[in-house]
Amino acid sequence: MSPAGHQAPPIFNRGPAPLVRLLILVSLCLAMLVADLRFRYLEVLRQGLSVATYPLQMAASTPADFVRNASIYFGTLVQVQLENADLRRKQLGAGDRLLRFEQLEQENAQLRGLLEMSQRVGVRSVAADILYDAPDPFALKVILDRGTQQGVETGLAVVDANGVLGQVTRVYPIQSEVTLLTDRNQAVPIQVLRNGLRGVLFGAGRGRLEVRFVLATADIQPGDKLVTSGLDGVFLPGLPVAEVESVDRESDAFAVIVCKPLAGVERSSQVLVLGRETLPPPPPEPEPGQPVAKSRPRR
Amino acid sequence: MQPTNRSSRILLPVRLWFIHFSLLVALGLAYVPTGRFPGVPDWVALVLAFWCIREPRRIGMGAGFVFGVLVDIGQGAAMGQHALAYVVLAYLANGLARRLMWFPALQQALHVLPMLLVSQILMVIVRLIAGAEFPGWWYFLSSFTSVMLWLPLTYLLLLPQYQPVERDDNRPI
Repeated sequence: MSPAGHQAPPIFNRGPAPLVRLLILVSLCLAMLVADLRFRYLEVLRQGLSVATYPLQMAASTPADFVRNASIYFGTLVQVQLENADLRRKQLGAGDRLLRFEQLEQENAQLRGLLEMSQRVGVRSVAADILYDAPDPFALKVILDRGTQQGVETGLAVVDANGVLGQVTRVYPIQSEVTLLTDRNQAVPIQVLRNGLRGVLFGAGRGRLEVRFVLATADIQPGDKLVTSGLDGVFLPGLPVAEVESVDRESDAFAVIVCKPLAGVERSSQVLVLGRETLPPPPPEPEPGQPVAKSRPRR
Repeated sequence: MQPTNRSSRILLPVRLWFIHFSLLVALGLAYVPTGRFPGVPDWVALVLAFWCIREPRRIGMGAGFVFGVLVDIGQGAAMGQHALAYVVLAYLANGLARRLMWFPALQQALHVLPMLLVSQILMVIVRLIAGAEFPGWWYFLSSFTSVMLWLPLTYLLLLPQYQPVERDDNRPI
């Protein structure tokens, strides 16, 4: 209200002052950031809006598809022949192992039957191509060409021929986003193949991995192979993950264990998305003599 | 409206649909997957800054917010990351609009560069606080490549407003 007692005519109305608008919008953005990064509340909104912008995204990815297909098309014959010979060689080696694997699997099933243990459940897997690196430069992520329509879900493990590559963190209808092992926010429960020592492997960025919270006195040495322990119920047990590169026991109560991934984490192009084990193993029966311990819910 | 306030050339008024159309095209360009190729211009920021300077009454922080959220979704970034950067960019561009219109395009570009850098630095700060990895100094190359496109972009986006030059000796302008 002006001193004269009447409002300014609407032609001069410009809404709130710019600084006020800035503060309102900035606080809205900050609230969104916290809600998304900290609590993951905004996934629904993200999915909804990504459906709305889907046509635009498809149109935008056409040139990338074109470049990819063109590079495949113009790949030289020699390259293909070399690759073919290599694959044949690998096929022979794998065939031999596969024969033995079938026999071992049967034997394992029989033994498990004898011991009355639950059967390991076979998993369904989806083969996928890595389309491109995710555009977000702050995280190590890649985009796969398979999504919810092909049965990919969040949380599934992604492997290549040599080992674990990462984990599906977001799915879209026909694409999905995989966080690579080396990303700082990625962790995998592991086991040392040699002696069964358990630990958790964290990404340390740019091709490096670290096993954290393992005591300096623990029996782990350079050259040890690390496999998934399967304790999280996400990764199947026994998938090769990494090899220990160096162990530093001097610095702290915990050893600093640097590893390098076995899979071509920032190189691979064809990967396999492993489905979940559908039946979790039943908890072990308490022994008759011991008091029944409260079972803690597992994540 | 003139190309710059010193110019004697009169432009047609801008159409609102063209502003939104150009922003949508920029959004489409932002969705093009370029992987980790450094120095890809931030198209949306550039076009947004352009319209915030040309038309501060029509395009401002609201548009910055909406298109920022859309970029976040397309790029799989944290929700609100680009929105925050673009809101601040729009505020700076709107605030400097009256002053910038007195400069030729090259000097406008020099003013736009720090604005783009501020918006990028904001994004880096936000993500570093959230625990992400520093993407490397190459990340800031994007602002410089964007600014180099200021001159061609000015020409391109003003093209629909140019009218044929009619020489008329009886008319002062």
